[in-house]
Amino acid sequence: MFARVDASTALAPNPGSPSPGPRTPGRNLHRFANPGRFLRQSGAVLPWLSLAALLFTTTGLVWGLFFAPADWQQGDAVRIIYIHVPAAWLASAGYFALAVCSAVSLIWRHPLADLAAAEIGPVGAGFTALCLATGSLWGRPMWGAWWVWDARLTSVLVLFFLYLGHVALVRAFDDPQRGYRAGAVLALIGVVNLPIIKFSVDWWNTLHQPASILLTGAPTMYLPMLWPLFVSAIGYSLCFAAIVIARTRAAVMERRIRALLMARAEAAQ
Amino acid sequence: MTRKRRRLWLLVACGVGLGSATALALSAFRDNLVFFVAPSEIAEKAPAAGRTFRLGGLVEQGSVHRGKEAGQPTAEFRVTDGKGTVEVTYIGILPDLFREGQGVVALGTMRPDGTFRASEVLAKHDETYMPKDVEEALKKTGHWNPNAGPPPPASTWNALDPRQKKG
Repeated sequence: MFARVDASTALAPNPGSPSPGPRTPGRNLHRFANPGRFLRQSGAVLPWLSLAALLFTTTGLVWGLFFAPADWQQGDAVRIIYIHVPAAWLASAGYFALAVCSAVSLIWRHPLADLAAAEIGPVGAGFTALCLATGSLWGRPMWGAWWVWDARLTSVLVLFFLYLGHVALVRAFDDPQRGYRAGAVLALIGVVNLPIIKFSVDWWNTLHQPASILLTGAPTMYLPMLWPLFVSAIGYSLCFAAIVIARTRAAVMERRIRALLMARAEAAQ
Repeated sequence: MTRKRRRLWLLVACGVGLGSATALALSAFRDNLVFFVAPSEIAEKAPAAGRTFRLGGLVEQGSVHRGKEAGQPTAEFRVTDGKGTVEVTYIGILPDLFREGQGVVALGTMRPDGTFRASEVLAKHDETYMPKDVEEALKKTGHWNPNAGPPPPASTWNALDPRQKKG
């Protein structure tokens, strides 16, 4: 009646114990691609990660929104930077993570990378939407416009559409494998947009100002205004990671349940 | 060559192809991707009269004259990029951030007399953020006049303690 199926081996690309052989990058990656191991390790990490995410985000936002100094020109309106800029960073960083998962999925065919890519999409779209919305709210009082079609704003809007396209494409096929494959190709094509977003403000005339934080010079931001931005950015990153890990865990368990139900249905026949 | 290795190289090759195609396309459309043109570019190659475009640059120090016409506020100012200057006229409310030395982007057309008639003026904020007391300290010590242009290098002020006597 009850057929015991170990879904972790059913999902792994190489069922059974890996045969000893030369240590290649692919073989090392397989250790992390084992869904059973992922569930165990992420389950131990996730509560602490969530707690740290909450702590850093709250500290950064409260510090920035209530205690950091106001800008001499923008006044208190500058405080939206603590919500807007980390969201913008995570929108790009999240897309990079999506692209890495897609490359791993296409080259090494790791099932966990497929699941992670599918779960990063909606989270990244959410952070991009937050970035666009807060940017618009900031632009109206400071620039005098909710939206302009300059290179920075347009390329971030394209990033938002790439995320939405990925979310839709991955879920558009009856066979999930075909969805993952198509989504991975779309995600990798979209990577060309990342340098365009980053350098749009340097390559072209834009209304959006260039970066304040540079690798090659002092940040053009008063340091007591900068520290809460960093804390907030660390908090946003941890939030992003925690949400994606929680979603990926749910997706792994969902697949296990589906595999068990399928096995049970087959056994009943 | 294993299949994985082959897929990796295929992906790298596609990436290189896609990247260079994008770079070529972007450099081909370079002129169309700019949000505004600078005064010196207008001096080099004047846009056709009557064509609507965006003009961008800094508001020149001492050039702003505000008035009132038929109940509407009016403004005349010069926009400069250091190499060229264009006279701008505008009827309407200017954004809060508008001031001398500030970057602006104005939408409008060139008139036959060589002035720019703006129908919309946006303020372009620069990438510096500092509190009021730091700005005042820089002004007082003569390190920066905000009406004259961008602030001095960030390393001279981003850790400044405004309560200290001039450093």
